[in-house]
Amino acid sequence: MKVHEYQAKEIFKEYGIPVPKGGLATTPQEARKVAEEVGGNLWVVKAQIHAGGRGKGGGVKLARSLDEVEQVASQIIGMTLVTHQTGPEGKLVRKVLVEEGLNIEKELYLGMVIDRSSECPVMMASTEGGVEIEKVAAETPEKIVKAFIDPALGMLPFYARKLTFGLGLSGDLFKKAVSFMTKLYQAFIEKDASLAEINPLVITKEGDVIALDAKMNFDDDALYRHPDIAAMRDLDEEDPLEVEAKKYDLNFIKLDGNIGCMVNGAGLAMATMDIIKIYGGEPANFLDVGGAASAERVENAFKILLSEPNVKAVLVNIFGGIVRCDRVAKGIAQAAKNLEVKVPMVVRLEGTNSKEGMEILEKSGLSFITAKSMAEAAEKAVQAAGIK
Amino acid sequence: MSILVNKDTRVVVQGITGKEGTFHTTQCIEYGTNVVAGVTPGKGGSMWEGKVPVYNTVAEAVEREGANASLIFVPPAFCADAIAEAVDAGMGVIVTITEGIPALDMMKVKRSMKGKNVRMVGPNCPGVITPDECKMGIMPGYIFKKGPVGLISRSGTLTYEAVWQCTERGIGQSTCIGIGGDPIIGSTQVDLLKLFNEDPETELVVLIGEIGGTAEEEAAEYIKKEFTKPVVAFIAGKTAPPGRRMGHAGAIIAGGKGTAAEKMAALREAGAHVVESPAEIGAVVARVLGK
Repeated sequence: MKVHEYQAKEIFKEYGIPVPKGGLATTPQEARKVAEEVGGNLWVVKAQIHAGGRGKGGGVKLARSLDEVEQVASQIIGMTLVTHQTGPEGKLVRKVLVEEGLNIEKELYLGMVIDRSSECPVMMASTEGGVEIEKVAAETPEKIVKAFIDPALGMLPFYARKLTFGLGLSGDLFKKAVSFMTKLYQAFIEKDASLAEINPLVITKEGDVIALDAKMNFDDDALYRHPDIAAMRDLDEEDPLEVEAKKYDLNFIKLDGNIGCMVNGAGLAMATMDIIKIYGGEPANFLDVGGAASAERVENAFKILLSEPNVKAVLVNIFGGIVRCDRVAKGIAQAAKNLEVKVPMVVRLEGTNSKEGMEILEKSGLSFITAKSMAEAAEKAVQAAGIK
Repeated sequence: MSILVNKDTRVVVQGITGKEGTFHTTQCIEYGTNVVAGVTPGKGGSMWEGKVPVYNTVAEAVEREGANASLIFVPPAFCADAIAEAVDAGMGVIVTITEGIPALDMMKVKRSMKGKNVRMVGPNCPGVITPDECKMGIMPGYIFKKGPVGLISRSGTLTYEAVWQCTERGIGQSTCIGIGGDPIIGSTQVDLLKLFNEDPETELVVLIGEIGGTAEEEAAEYIKKEFTKPVVAFIAGKTAPPGRRMGHAGAIIAGGKGTAAEKMAALREAGAHVVESPAEIGAVVARVLGK
């Protein structure tokens, strides 16, 4: 799960990780009030959306007076911000974070993820802050220092020393950076994060180490033990169809094509998308109906699939294992009746009770296009969608 | 021969009395798996479905019934604990079906297995099957057939698809393993390729990967250096958009890494027969085996 920058900074504060003084605003007037409370004579107004690259897209602006704060906030709130991560349609900005401007001496990078290969948390630091870390990793990998942390030991000081010396820090700054990293590790582990990124981490002219930006993602599977984090979910940032799908425990991701897919199992769902493409079509979605595809679940899945006007044909690819094909077939027949499906439906059932399933479809009196194999199903779906 | 499990495997099912546990244990026994015990804390002393003794701890199941492998259906919040218990009881093979275990829990449990003689498969996987001998998992048994093909897959139903394509052509399997779709898993492709390399019954390995992580690249490196048998590979997710988790927690293209194209290129470079279409897996296996 993703959270906003201001939410990540709230978590940072909880752990004593230094962040700039600031607050959230949803109107220009509120933004002015926050700036007044923060004080000083330089402020930053930052769009809060779940995507990076906000600065380049015009979603982060400096203001040198309270009037300017209000003016800049009125430009940002309500704008549709397009960045390299939002896609061309962009995202509507509903709130801004107003913060004190800092006297920046140096911009650094600090990040933390769970490394899949070494199966432990890894903290990464770089002197190349403020730019995309992927770019640094590709062009000058020697400028990224990594510490692979043994989870049984936790964030021992030597890991932090390795990173901090790697950043070329000494004296008081060294101590502050070590403390920063230790607290970040603690927050990451205690909150079941999957990613933490501070880019840039800044050293101020006054000699402080502060998280100018903050990004955190959390492990969906661990949200059950973190109600505080789960409450930070912002439905405005998610696709409404995907939100609807989640209610029914369906794994759904919207794509741009016109062949709706309903598949059981994530791997087979991806493979089905791939084969549609091989036959010259474009999938409209990724949809895994999961292990317990009851009739009701299947019907809900259809509802979500068909609510997309682009969908010109539906491909159902079920390989029964735990899922019994006869149950899925009942769901398909019921959904087709209840929802008055108008687009052609290509169905391929294989595995547990597939014969019974096919019989149910044939006896339903509805017109389904059936297929024996994945390839045949994809070919027929592409034809039915009128692409070829 | 086969790898991991065979007719001598003595299975204990952790979470046997739950809905999933009961359903799949019944299926496993029907297939011929030797389920010797079940474990549900608090229900020790009872008989599951009148035929399998239930114990409070895995250690008791080992002591009383000689269990040497555990099949786990315990809910995600308690599953890491159940796995650790199985490791502590000295299980040689652990198969964890449970989906949704927090990554940090898995990280700790995996760490605890280091240096111990245990091989875990999963979590979030369909399990392991040696056709006609032992099914430790939730796969439909009838699609499998004994034969020379070893199979390693990150996906469940896509495994069934690939197996079915082989079986339909009369090509059977030595052992099939669904390794699971999570970022941290008990056994990686490389771990299992090593076992298949030593197994005289396995003549060819089908490797089914998907986007996310670098496990397939690591497998490619191993195949190039040491693997002596032909490999047929398919990678799911060529059309997946970056930055989106495609169902499996591990299936995500992040920071431009983990794409299907990179993985396919690495495997091709290692000499594997990379299949473009998921419908062609069986046909390519047949061709490579000369059948």
